[in-house]
Amino acid sequence: MGSVASVLTSGVPVQEAAHWEPVLPGLIILLPLLGFVINGVLALRAAGWSSAEVRAGREWDPFAGSERPSTHTLPTWIGPGVMLVAFVLAAWNFVGMFGAELHEPVIRSYWSWIATSTLQVDAAIQLDQLSMVMMLVVTGVGFLIHVFSVGYMKDDVGYPRYFAYLNLFVFFMLVLVMGAGYAMMFIGWEGVGLCSYLLIGYWFTDREKSDAGKKAFIVNRIGDFGFLLAMFMLFQAFGTLDFATIFAEAEGHFAVGGGTVTAITLLLMLGAAGKSAQVPLHVWLPDAMAGPTPVSALIHAATMVTAGVYMVVRSGVLYALAPTSQAVVAGVGVLTALIAATIALQQNDIKKVLAYSTVSQLGFMFLGAGVGAFTAAIFHLMTHAFFKALLFLGAGAVIHSMHHALHKVNSHEDAQDMRNMGGLKDRMRITWVVMWIATLAIAGIWPLAGFFSKDEIIWYTAAWAGAEANPFGGLYTLYWVVALVTAMLTAFYMTRLMVMTFHGETRLEHGARSHLHEAPRVMTVPLILLAVLSVFGGWVNVPPALSESALGFFGALPMTEWLHHWLEPITHDAAAIQVAALGEAAHDAPLLGGGELAWALVSTLAAAVVVAVAVRQLGPRRVPTAAEDATPPTGLRGVLYNKWYFDEIFDRTIVQPVLAASRWCWSFIDTVIIDGFVNSVGNFTRLAGWFGSLFQTGQANTYAFVLTLGVLLVLGAAVFL
Amino acid sequence: MTDSLASIQILYEGWILHALVWLPILGLVHVMTSAGERAKNVAFWWSAAVFVLSLGLWWTFDAGSGGFTLESSTPWIESWGVSYALGLDGISVFMVLLTTLITPIAILGSFEYVKTRRRAFYALMLLLQTGVTGVFLATDIFLFYVFFELTLIPMYFIVGIWGGERRIYAAVKFFLYTAVGSLLMLVAILYIYFSSGTGSFSYEAFLAADLSMREQLWLFAAFALAFGIKVPIFPLHTWLPDAHVEAPTPGSVILASLLLKMGTYGFLRFLLPLFPGASQHPTVVAVMLALGVAGIIYAAWVAAVQPDAKKLVAYTSVAHMGFVMIGVFALTVNGLQGGLVVMISHGVSTGALFLLLGMMYERRHSRLIEDFGGIGRVAPMFATAFVITALASIGLPGTSGFIGEFLALIGTFETHAVTAIVAATGVIFAAYYMLPMVQRVLFNKLDKPENRSFADLSRREMVVLGPLVALMIWVGVYPTPFLERMEPSVQVVLERVEGARTAAHRGAPERMIVDAGAGEEAESRAATGTVDEEDQDR
Amino acid sequence: MLSHALLLSAVLFVIGTLGVIIRRNAIIIFLCIELQLNAVNLAFVALSRYTGIEGQLFVFFVMTVAAAEAAVGLAIIISIFRHYKTVDVDKFNLLKW
Repeated sequence: MGSVASVLTSGVPVQEAAHWEPVLPGLIILLPLLGFVINGVLALRAAGWSSAEVRAGREWDPFAGSERPSTHTLPTWIGPGVMLVAFVLAAWNFVGMFGAELHEPVIRSYWSWIATSTLQVDAAIQLDQLSMVMMLVVTGVGFLIHVFSVGYMKDDVGYPRYFAYLNLFVFFMLVLVMGAGYAMMFIGWEGVGLCSYLLIGYWFTDREKSDAGKKAFIVNRIGDFGFLLAMFMLFQAFGTLDFATIFAEAEGHFAVGGGTVTAITLLLMLGAAGKSAQVPLHVWLPDAMAGPTPVSALIHAATMVTAGVYMVVRSGVLYALAPTSQAVVAGVGVLTALIAATIALQQNDIKKVLAYSTVSQLGFMFLGAGVGAFTAAIFHLMTHAFFKALLFLGAGAVIHSMHHALHKVNSHEDAQDMRNMGGLKDRMRITWVVMWIATLAIAGIWPLAGFFSKDEIIWYTAAWAGAEANPFGGLYTLYWVVALVTAMLTAFYMTRLMVMTFHGETRLEHGARSHLHEAPRVMTVPLILLAVLSVFGGWVNVPPALSESALGFFGALPMTEWLHHWLEPITHDAAAIQVAALGEAAHDAPLLGGGELAWALVSTLAAAVVVAVAVRQLGPRRVPTAAEDATPPTGLRGVLYNKWYFDEIFDRTIVQPVLAASRWCWSFIDTVIIDGFVNSVGNFTRLAGWFGSLFQTGQANTYAFVLTLGVLLVLGAAVFL
Repeated sequence: MTDSLASIQILYEGWILHALVWLPILGLVHVMTSAGERAKNVAFWWSAAVFVLSLGLWWTFDAGSGGFTLESSTPWIESWGVSYALGLDGISVFMVLLTTLITPIAILGSFEYVKTRRRAFYALMLLLQTGVTGVFLATDIFLFYVFFELTLIPMYFIVGIWGGERRIYAAVKFFLYTAVGSLLMLVAILYIYFSSGTGSFSYEAFLAADLSMREQLWLFAAFALAFGIKVPIFPLHTWLPDAHVEAPTPGSVILASLLLKMGTYGFLRFLLPLFPGASQHPTVVAVMLALGVAGIIYAAWVAAVQPDAKKLVAYTSVAHMGFVMIGVFALTVNGLQGGLVVMISHGVSTGALFLLLGMMYERRHSRLIEDFGGIGRVAPMFATAFVITALASIGLPGTSGFIGEFLALIGTFETHAVTAIVAATGVIFAAYYMLPMVQRVLFNKLDKPENRSFADLSRREMVVLGPLVALMIWVGVYPTPFLERMEPSVQVVLERVEGARTAAHRGAPERMIVDAGAGEEAESRAATGTVDEEDQDR
Repeated sequence: MLSHALLLSAVLFVIGTLGVIIRRNAIIIFLCIELQLNAVNLAFVALSRYTGIEGQLFVFFVMTVAAAEAAVGLAIIISIFRHYKTVDVDKFNLLKW
């Protein structure tokens, strides 16, 4: 789609993109759906047995017999199996596309989904460089997490149901990233929301967990409202919702900074903010940690929550046409990054820290997408998928182990509270090592993946701040400073997490300590693979300024700038529009000057210092256990501990008023006004009837007498008058 | 081979509409003459047979140019110009199929619920089917009115005899509410009949009636009141929650799935084509859109705070019908088609919801949401069906609800952006009312001992819900067969409205525009595509 | 001649009407209604002599209806009697609500 316009403008004859045939692209989507269907049937079967036991007053234990029932062995192969095949297919297509130098998206249309005389939406998928990257991340990381889940969820009663939901999620996620238009994307968009709802509330008998699922769905729907309206406006403007047409014609339709395109992009941003947990719609994501930990890794870190970033990048052309929206996107992103990072400083639940860390990193991605660094945003999305999935899975391994140990001694302490951990490094060697790798990666320490991706986003913010014609230059400078600060905060809170969890004295009661154990291999192998990706994943896109220096191994890397070139056909148009609108990006940072290399060096050194200082300072500190530390902090710490009171504020200003209004509508408008009127009409009629009935004796003779009298009167009148 | 097929088709098309209307009456006779125990089976098989027969329409129906097909007309009361005339077009075909599908399902769903006076109950159900089918097929206004009123009587008895505690109040409220509206409509019908001067009650004769804008507005008001109560449009909706709550399960199903559709069908079939001038009158459009939007949001809010699950679902009907209303009065192809799809989708998903609630009631004898909780643990099939239905009801993409609401909203956005924006918040509020109910019924702790024995779906119940769930997903994934069949007829309705607009602006019927200068003014405004033309009634 | 017949008819009708109004026994009231019908029949027959056959035709109609009415009416009275053990119309005021 990008190339259509670029080819047209540069005058090169339009070439047919037929020299690359994708291999069974529909099957990539279909496989997880197939997995869902099979696992779903198994799940219903298992649930049937379980419900029979519950009805009989017992609890069902599928593992009581000598061997596992088939409903609990088959998903082990089906769940990850379909993912592996899908990943292989995606990789195969990737290799094909890699060799083909594709300039236009390949679109495969399967059937006409919605067709009226004016609106035509096909059930079509689009294969291009961007969707290919997303497909690889979704199926690849997804496969690893499926494998991890086999170990993590092994003893869960709802094992087949879990895999059914997980497969369904991947299906919708693939629809989201492969859909050839906004309408198709919206199917995936709401579909992943549904799966997120189901998986957050996976342990649905727990009130809090199903509340969290519900909250996620409703907050997401607020975003979806924006998405819907954006689609309406796009349809109004273009008469279609297909990416190819919209992006090719966008430049002709809208002037830069036009009202319509700004409105469209802002509404899309609302949708993206809901899905990607951006302030102020971020409140659902920390609660979403109620789901099983691999779910948090897959949905709430690696894939679904990045859908908003994907959407903004996909709509890059539109955003480039609306600089105001770009500034808003970047602003929301950086604000989210900062707020979430500050909250993460004061959380004690290991998953909550990671959740806020995710929100914060998503903020970085939005910052990147907002300043027009689309490749950087996707790059960070990818590396973040590696190291954050790793962090979550590592946390999962820790929780798994803690849970086991606490269970053995019948303790009801919180298995997720870091205050109850400490000193786990000796018992969980592999987990400890891989989580340190991920921590350093997210902290932006050279040469790990996070360094390259985060640095690129921060650098682009600085560079676009200095663009001559950028009306928001000052704002961008502010973003840049905040982003740098936030990066330091990230290094700090992640180190705090590592120190509290793995270092120092263990705070677990003595009896339980011996039960701590390293995770089984089915869980550690995905961890190790993700660790490898977290180390090397950043090397696919070393910026040119760094590639020849020591930070880029003096140009020895084979893939320098690869991702940038790969996504060129997608980002080209947007970049051209942006340069035309804002001018060339600067080569020096604002305020202090200095080039990309210098600032990369500064930020990684600063992050390293923060990590080192944090380890030194926090390491020897004695941490009280959760039981000892009963009083919540006050002051600024209290504000952070209470998450800036977002939930409370929303509850008072939105939730409660709407509920009150709803009750008032029912009890007053419906019952008193409308029904009051209706019933009083009835009552008036009755009153009139009662009045009339005063003349009734109920005696048939009387009536006959009156009748006769009446007849006589009428007859008399007729005769004598 | 093809020849014999074609001749079978001709044979089929010759009698099918009459069969659909009158076979239930034959079934009624059979029910009345069979033993009480067997009545339910007899009724079910008759309605199932009608459904199977009606399925042929899916293939043989040819939308063609959008007008009526399979038309037939026999004089009935010749001196008044009343004829027994039936016909089928792309709007009514889905309503008829919905009727023939929902009736056997409702009957099958009532097997456990209805324990007393079975013969009478099933006879009334079949009578109701005749009435509803007749409403959707009649092309003679008098005949339509007869069928329209005919549906009232069986429903009145179904609510009044087999209903819950406040059944008498609910039945009387239902009857009087709707009767008030339809009597006004009768007056309006007679007015058109006498003023048209053709001495005929046929649809065409009514279409040909030449009505001034002033007359149109009054007549529109009378018709709109009748159909608006039936729909129901806010604020004429208060009979609905009462009737739904008190009605027995099959009654609720028929009420929600079919009787409400008679109202929206009336808007499409009669209001827009008969009063094209009034239907596009800016004030009228503004009022109808405002009421539609008010219904969407108001009903969603009120639904959210209902302690009674059945009442909650009843209010969601009002919200869904709000989408139909805005879709219809957007006067765009997408809006009208969306409205029709919402009608189908609502018929299927809300019908299924009422069936599910009925199953809950049969097991626990309670409709209160708080009496449930954790049902998902003991009844996984039930929970699965419930969740899918709820999702279809709140319009998740991939289910029927989405297609309808999306088209209705996008169609509304084309002409009335602000309305569509406000209405789209209904998407949020749908989650706000539905998910808490799903959670409080299916999820949370299984903490009430009596819920432990909550049985999962029986085979019969699966047969009841299966087709509905399949249909929700089918319409959501592949709605094209529906859309392409309804499109020509929707176009016809729209062209008639549009035609009146251009005719009015050319000043063709002088009665419509007194001031020629104003006509030109309006025409120039129409040319620029604005929809907010001034009142043409000067 | 005609005036005699009509006079008789009128007298019979008045007697019947008074009976319906005054008497309390349902059976008597019922018989009085029959008397009224027959009074009308007499008038019909008498008048048909001057106006044509329709009057006599109508008498047959009236007789048929009267027969049906007698059957239904007596059935009602019997069931009332079974229920209340009386046919005194003063005891029934179901019509008063």
